[in-house]
Amino acid sequence: MIILEKRPNPSRAWALATPVLAVLATMIVGGLLFAMLGKDPVLTIRTIFWDPLFGPFGSYTRPQLLIKAGPLILIATGLSFGFRAGIWNIGAEGQYILGALTGAAAGLALYPSESRLIFPLMVAAGALGGMAWALIPALLKVRFGTNEILVSLMLVYVATNLLAYAALGPLQNPEGMGFPGSRNLSQWPSSANLELLTGTGLHWGVVAAGVAVVGAYVLLARHAFGFAVRLAGQAPRAAAFAGVSPSRLVLACMAISGGLAGLAGVFEVTGPAGQIGIDFGVGYGFTAIIVAFLGRLHPLGILLAGLLMALTYIGGEMAQTQLGLPGAAVQLFQGMLLFFLLAMDVLTQFRLRWKGASPVIVATAKPVEGAR
Amino acid sequence: MSDALLAIRGLTKAYPGVVANSDVSFDIRPSSVHALLGENGAGKSTLVKTIYGLVRPDAGTMTLAGQPYAPPEPRAARAAGVAMVFQHFSLFDALSVAENIALGMEDPPPLRDLSARIAQVSRDYGLPLDPNRIVGDLSAGERQRVEIIRCLLQSPRLLIMDEPTSVLTPQEVEILFRTLRKLREEGLAILYISHKLEEIRVLCEEATILRGGRVVATCDPQRTSARRMAEMMVGGTLKTPARAAHPGGDTVLDVQGLSAPSPRPHGTALRGVTFSVARGEVLGIGGVAGNGQDELLLALSGEMRTAPGMVRLKGELVGSLRPSARRARGLLCAPEERMGHAAAPDMTLTENAFLSGRLRERLARRGFVNWTAARGFAERIIRDFDVRTPGPSAAARSLSGGNLQKFVIGREILQRPEVLIVNQPTWGVDASAAAAIRQALLDLASQGAAVVVVSQDLDELMEISDRFAALNEGRLSPARPARGLTVEEIGLMLGGAHGMEVAHAH
Repeated sequence: MIILEKRPNPSRAWALATPVLAVLATMIVGGLLFAMLGKDPVLTIRTIFWDPLFGPFGSYTRPQLLIKAGPLILIATGLSFGFRAGIWNIGAEGQYILGALTGAAAGLALYPSESRLIFPLMVAAGALGGMAWALIPALLKVRFGTNEILVSLMLVYVATNLLAYAALGPLQNPEGMGFPGSRNLSQWPSSANLELLTGTGLHWGVVAAGVAVVGAYVLLARHAFGFAVRLAGQAPRAAAFAGVSPSRLVLACMAISGGLAGLAGVFEVTGPAGQIGIDFGVGYGFTAIIVAFLGRLHPLGILLAGLLMALTYIGGEMAQTQLGLPGAAVQLFQGMLLFFLLAMDVLTQFRLRWKGASPVIVATAKPVEGAR
Repeated sequence: MSDALLAIRGLTKAYPGVVANSDVSFDIRPSSVHALLGENGAGKSTLVKTIYGLVRPDAGTMTLAGQPYAPPEPRAARAAGVAMVFQHFSLFDALSVAENIALGMEDPPPLRDLSARIAQVSRDYGLPLDPNRIVGDLSAGERQRVEIIRCLLQSPRLLIMDEPTSVLTPQEVEILFRTLRKLREEGLAILYISHKLEEIRVLCEEATILRGGRVVATCDPQRTSARRMAEMMVGGTLKTPARAAHPGGDTVLDVQGLSAPSPRPHGTALRGVTFSVARGEVLGIGGVAGNGQDELLLALSGEMRTAPGMVRLKGELVGSLRPSARRARGLLCAPEERMGHAAAPDMTLTENAFLSGRLRERLARRGFVNWTAARGFAERIIRDFDVRTPGPSAAARSLSGGNLQKFVIGREILQRPEVLIVNQPTWGVDASAAAAIRQALLDLASQGAAVVVVSQDLDELMEISDRFAALNEGRLSPARPARGLTVEEIGLMLGGAHGMEVAHAH
């Protein structure tokens, strides 16, 4: 019989090893899944993990890596503060959409004037838009004790409808011959968020993600706010004793995650996406939740996890187009990654011990000492 | 030898880095109350867990009534006639007494029969308890009775009791002792673990003393002084706390008509609590746990806010201020619960030093933490308060209870409080550490701070308090000079024995 024994101190070695083990386990079980679907498992895994970087179309897919990883890292970094403190913002997708909407609206209001100030203005408007959307569940939680998980999630669907309304209404391109969607912001010099170094995929959103990672690292390791976040997550009563206000913490964490999600939205709409369209929301806000946990809520971990997740996205698309793998199988593969990570997580807090089968008959009723 | 109920021979149990029990041998006779003494970390709980089947020894044997005894799990121990009452109860607040007892049984009879048996046992052994009451409404003493009756229903031969009196009023202790004596007369053996040596002298006829995992002495407690036993536990001589000066300063903390609902379910609301403390004074607040102690601490620390005028600090109304604002003004607290309230278990001692020391020790500038300074502060606490730990990078949860308590109390004292409020400062702390903590509190008072000690340990309160008040169901009695108070007077201030009227009702 295997028993779990709580470790006196969480294992640092396992904390680093479990993400690697989770990726390996995903590859093995994913490979079995692909084999059962009649695909060559080795070729499929290679297509997903290797070809995007070094395959024949590498020069096209490599820049995609940063383009996809940028928003994931930016959003996940913001989410990690709340998740560490036990504040569950599940609605980053909605905040991402709102950031894109408010950013685009701020820019389009000034169309077609030319100014270097328009892009920074749009960025600020996007961040504030995302922040405001996140503060709705935060204020409701602080004021009326509502559950931020439900409210933030439901606001995603409100945001999706707002997006459709904007794409077909106020933000619709007047010269677009009735097609849904706004003007193309990446073709308007004042708002264009272009590749900074050709062939790398590096745009301002990726730069912002890098700054967010460094900033989050400094905040968590060196700043009293980061300390309050960690304390509130680990020992809420000790946080209250230390003088951390739970309400302020909820507001701050939701504002940070919303703001960064909004930033991701505005960088996306001015660059890779180019315009507000009904299909703008592609799920970065949800995938970022996986990225945040895959990265163990640590800024550097999130950086690596974001890159890995982007890789499986690009690789998954390649596997779909080149090998005819169903899209659902790719999603299953990505979900498996989170599943294995959470399962392996047990190993950092507990150790496995083998215990010989006890001669005593298996208990039918638990003794009450265990029932705390 | 042959008359022993339980004979323990050469029990040894090692954990990584520490030998908890080393070659422990002794006998427990039937019809006796056998005391097991030792400081925290002396190996008492490992030994008891071995007897109860929770821990398997590395070496050594046990014989129960002549039969080899090696319980692989508590169920086997119970089947062999060994029962245990834990220090911390495992009861469900929302269920009735009978339902709680039924949950612990392998094959519970119908609830009505069980209730009748509970009432029967309760009458036979003088343990007043109504089987139909909800556990959430019971006092600590009554909850303990639930645990004891649960054990007695198994008709055990050996009953293990871990620190049974720490939560009881003097009157409740009397009831318990009467029950235990009755059980002894019926042939039961009782293994009794306690820090309270005077109780052991009254109750037990044999004592085994553990130190560092070994049996260092056995004695007859009725013929050995409490001081002598304490010295055998510690392995040295004990100092009695002494204080330099006596109070006579002006009032610093003034609490007037403090009323507040409890923030927790099953908590106790505070009702018109009124007291004041002067510079240089130690006010002892006694009472059985669950009578509003936690709520009083929260209201004083600022974790629970009240009307501004209910708490005054040096004349200023602070009842609505947050914890950090009160700390800045010199009002410091050390909560009872070390793990998770006073300290974050998974954080290092350096981080835990920062937790409450940030403001007064200036450990942050513009919000940025000065970890070097925080580490220095943690090192100072460790040094000045003799905290046994590898260093400030150790996680708080790796410290033993007594050491963490020294750290928590030291952290507040070193911040030079003007008013310090401590709840259960020596709960679960061994004799020498407890003496050090009490001495530190007295020293703080003689330096001119006002100290409020909330505790269930009446001996402790009598030893260090200038004045004494009792908290009962959220109400505080008027404070009286501690000197000259008798145990009976204190018992009456505490509200007497809970649940006596129930016993008469049956």
